Amino acid sequence: MLLLRNYWLGLSAALALLVSGGALAQSPLFTPIYEVLTHPRCLNCHTLTDFPRQGDERRRHDQLVMRGEDNHGAPTLQCSACHQEQNVAEDKVPGAPHWGLAPLSMGWEGMGPQELCTVLKDQSKNGGKDLQALLKHMEEDPLVLWGFDPGEGRTLPPVDHTRFVELLEQWVNAGGPC
Amino acid sequence: MFTIRVNGEDHTVDVPADKPLLWVLREDLKLTGSKYGCGQALCGACTVHVDDQPTRSCVMPISAAEGHNITTVEAIDQQQIGRLVQQAWQELNVPQCGYCQSGQVMAATALLTENRSPSDRDIDEAMSGNICRCGTYARIRKAIHKIADEQL
Ligand code: FES
Ligand code: FES
Repeated sequence: MLLLRNYWLGLSAALALLVSGGALAQSPLFTPIYEVLTHPRCLNCHTLTDFPRQGDERRRHDQLVMRGEDNHGAPTLQCSACHQEQNVAEDKVPGAPHWGLAPLSMGWEGMGPQELCTVLKDQSKNGGKDLQALLKHMEEDPLVLWGFDPGEGRTLPPVDHTRFVELLEQWVNAGGPC
Repeated sequence: MFTIRVNGEDHTVDVPADKPLLWVLREDLKLTGSKYGCGQALCGACTVHVDDQPTRSCVMPISAAEGHNITTVEAIDQQQIGRLVQQAWQELNVPQCGYCQSGQVMAATALLTENRSPSDRDIDEAMSGNICRCGTYARIRKAIHKIADEQL
């Protein structure tokens, strides 16, 4: 009797997870990628807000910095007013080429792995990138690369960039399962 | 050697590539209107225009400034709006100690050039990177509105 009860409990828990899109239904190939994409070095500029964030605590960017119409700040307080093509002032001011926010459609805040994965692949939201183009972006874009080498005093995503690209290749080769 | 165009004139300076534009302006060109406050793009005292965009000269390496048009507060009166800003600043007695004000003037000139009738929100979003330790914000706001309402 007890055995049967445990069996039913286990089965319904598994079903609930499947239905809610929980851990059981999620691609293990995407999980480590998700861990990287939701690290503050990536997420602080992939926001769903009209401003960027900063720091590991992901606070609103100081100085009332705004997203602006082109994702590069207010009309006369642009990201490039302060952010150069590389870190400056002994790494205190971060910088990389075309420093700016990702468009709102590429914001990932508050998303679980499946939702983020779906949004990431959605060509109506990601600037028309297929899986190969996504791989290229994350392999080569200087802003992405900065996230893996952000300079003194900033934490790093859970894997280094070489490993990240390997993980992406495996995911892309498997057809980008979510 | 780097050649930079400042206030319409070319200057060649022999300095390391990572020397901040602010220090080239102040030490090599003796243009001391732009101030040093923090050296980390946090206060705005060093604001100059680079191709008409307010930029923190304390963090811009001289190597990145080459090929751009740089305007400092010394020449801002050559622009109509820059002149109006300086006049309004005098009329309303905006500065207190004055330390932040060359940066404020540069930021306000760029704002009013881009937007001739800025809302309070526009002013906040354009000017919040320019810190004033004397707290002249209310007078800055008033002066910007005065120019927009009466002169533009
Ligand atoms: S001195 Fe450049 S922003 Fe403070
Ligand atoms: S007037 Fe003193 S810092 Fe602004």
